[in-house]
Amino acid sequence: MNDQEFQELGKKLRDAIPPLHQPELNRDLWPAMLQKLNQQRLPVPWFDWLLAALAAAVLIFFPSAIPALLYHF
Amino acid sequence: MDLLERFAAGDLDAFESLFRQYQCAVYRWIVRIVRDPAAAEDLTVETFWRVYRAHARFRPGGNFEAWLRRIGTNAALDHLRAAPKNAPLPEDLPAPPAADVAEQHESRKAIHSALASLAPRLRIVIQLGLIEEESYRTISAALGISESAVKLRMFRAVRILRKKLHHWDVRP
Repeated sequence: MNDQEFQELGKKLRDAIPPLHQPELNRDLWPAMLQKLNQQRLPVPWFDWLLAALAAAVLIFFPSAIPALLYHF
Repeated sequence: MDLLERFAAGDLDAFESLFRQYQCAVYRWIVRIVRDPAAAEDLTVETFWRVYRAHARFRPGGNFEAWLRRIGTNAALDHLRAAPKNAPLPEDLPAPPAADVAEQHESRKAIHSALASLAPRLRIVIQLGLIEEESYRTISAALGISESAVKLRMFRAVRILRKKLHHWDVRP
């Protein structure tokens, strides 16, 4: 396909589907954004849950570790 | 601490300032890809939601606008992928001037169908490159691929499009 054919195809497409050079946003989207932020709390990553489960398991199976842990805190 | 540093630290007021500053630009970019104003508004909010979730990954010295555009492009691509294949392009955007209406309508319908049947990753290159006349550099930055990859996609998309239009007897 040469450059002229390429330009002709582009023109044909633009005739059928006019470009949107400066489409305007008709409303402020911040209220919608706030609503989404309030609806969807940030999810806790699965790795954090895994660490918490491991820590709980260590404390259950090795209770003697609790005083050492408290000492370090 | 400047606005981007505060945003990266998770400050909601900084995020609101950035949202108000860039919402029009993000909307304008997305609506040119999805060509549906209502969907573009939802995708603008979705883009900023993704941005907010990823605030900790943003480096304040980086180009915020380019990062935003890339996330917006990905959101728009996800929308195109989720839309049913061959769904017609929305009709509520400005129509071309009417002259020889019936013939133009058929030709336009064929072009819409041909474009809608393209894979989203090819369609986006045609829409931004051939219809909106954006440069390869701008498209490559928005898609996060090299300029030569954009040219390759354009070549493949044009070849498929020409074949389909030839099949429908629309001479490109």
